[in-house]
Amino acid sequence: MTLSLPARWALRLFMGFGLLFIYVPLMLVLVNSFNGDRTFAWPPHDWTTRWWSAAWENEGARSALFTSVQAGLAATGIALVLGTMVAFAVQRFAFFGRDTVSLLIILPIALPGIVTGIALDSAWRSVMGDLGVSKGLFSVVVGHATFCVVTVYNNVLARLRRTGTNLEDASADLGASPFQTFRYVTFPMIRSALLAGGLLAFALSFDEIIVTTFTAGPGVTTLPIWIFNNLFRPNQAPVVNVVAAVLIVLSVLPVWLAQRLAGPSAGTSRT
Amino acid sequence: MSVLGSYLHRHPRLRLAGLLSAPLLWLVVAYLGALAVLLVSAFWTVNGFTGEVVREFSLQNFRTLLSEEVYRAVTLRSLGVAAAVTGICVVIATPMAFFMAKVASSKYRNWLVIAILTPLWASYLVKAYAWRILLANGGPIDTLFGGPGNGPGYGLFATIIVLSYLWLPYMILPIYAGLERLPDSMLEASADLGARAGRTFRAVVLPILIPSVIAGSIFTFSLSLGDYITVQIVGGKTQMIGNLVYANIGAANNLPFAAAIATIPVLIMVIYLVAVRRSGALEEL
Repeated sequence: MTLSLPARWALRLFMGFGLLFIYVPLMLVLVNSFNGDRTFAWPPHDWTTRWWSAAWENEGARSALFTSVQAGLAATGIALVLGTMVAFAVQRFAFFGRDTVSLLIILPIALPGIVTGIALDSAWRSVMGDLGVSKGLFSVVVGHATFCVVTVYNNVLARLRRTGTNLEDASADLGASPFQTFRYVTFPMIRSALLAGGLLAFALSFDEIIVTTFTAGPGVTTLPIWIFNNLFRPNQAPVVNVVAAVLIVLSVLPVWLAQRLAGPSAGTSRT
Repeated sequence: MSVLGSYLHRHPRLRLAGLLSAPLLWLVVAYLGALAVLLVSAFWTVNGFTGEVVREFSLQNFRTLLSEEVYRAVTLRSLGVAAAVTGICVVIATPMAFFMAKVASSKYRNWLVIAILTPLWASYLVKAYAWRILLANGGPIDTLFGGPGNGPGYGLFATIIVLSYLWLPYMILPIYAGLERLPDSMLEASADLGARAGRTFRAVVLPILIPSVIAGSIFTFSLSLGDYITVQIVGGKTQMIGNLVYANIGAANNLPFAAAIATIPVLIMVIYLVAVRRSGALEEL
């Protein structure tokens, strides 16, 4: 379709406004973290860095960050293993119920988070509770891993579709054992897909609040939960603002990493 | 090791079973099992005096859901919000994705993809919080409209705007991916054969667009339907299905009734997923 010049400019303008819509709120948080006024009067009258040092010394925020990293790493690890296994099964085999399996993998993110959360909560209460296992960090990891599997699965599946089995067949023909083939042929082929999927899984877990609310035991506070708990406390607002600003700055990191390590196509699919 | 390896090589079914066992065990036991428990507990009740869960079959929760006006109103409101958010996202995302895929030069295009991707990594909560500041009484948007109280403030409208903001990239990316697969030569061919822009859009672009939009809408719709955090942050007194579930688990301590309410979004999403599975949109995810 040959677009007229005005149409091109209209689209360009629209794109610009779209990007403004996406980025202005984020920039505002960054600016506000230096706002000297405790009540965040707008526009800001004076500037300060003291909220940043206050946040740095905030014990609650720090331990919440640590909990989030722990939960994220554990959930990512489980998701990497399970997601890769299902991707291989679905891509390399034809079997009865294959469509159902892919639907089952998508279900935890396709259903509203509150449903996943309350389902795990009630199951934990009525089954694990009877077994004497109470909710804690472990139940958070179980919940997160359940919806993280899909990110790894999709990335590995796409990679397997693209690469085909020729190289593996060649490896087997040349006498490599299945384990050697996996170690020297298959794994290097899917490595960057694993990285992209793992990054997404970690980000998904790091950011998750709804499922976490329902699966966290008492005393288990992830960073999103900490932010939410402090969001409505006016005297905590400056610190929350700085934590928010840090998270915005950090969000550039995985994108940069994915671009560096896996080329521009990596990470374009969040799920 | 090699004996096992060649044994497995000769028995592909065994390999398949090995690959599927752990993931399916996890998803079926931890997830489907949990969903099943949820479904079953929706038929339980809570003893009004002791607060203990009575594990006996009863339709009382569903009777309450169907008979009381408030639940119908909240369900319809949530559906309306989810539909409005999906609509807004489609309207904003389509021109942006079209520009990225078909107008921008390829060097510029990569940067735009990154620009759309990056906010996805920023925390959900942080983005909702940003809008809480924006929409605050006397905040930037109020200032823009000429003073405290002049802007929209917190409420249903704010909820729709903020949810659209949150899920917009989930709509842009599948549409972009779909349009990128559409060769430019097809558009040129259509123009060469005499089709005007409108006709080309209907006959060539739309068939690509629809599955992508459906793929995106699974996210925008489902994520909006179950949301209760954004509603709490910018929704004022607005209530959605998620808030009712949350209130019944927390303050009311009535897990069975919360489970019964939670079956509403599950039912809606299952119907939605089954309906769109035929369109091939799930492959687009």
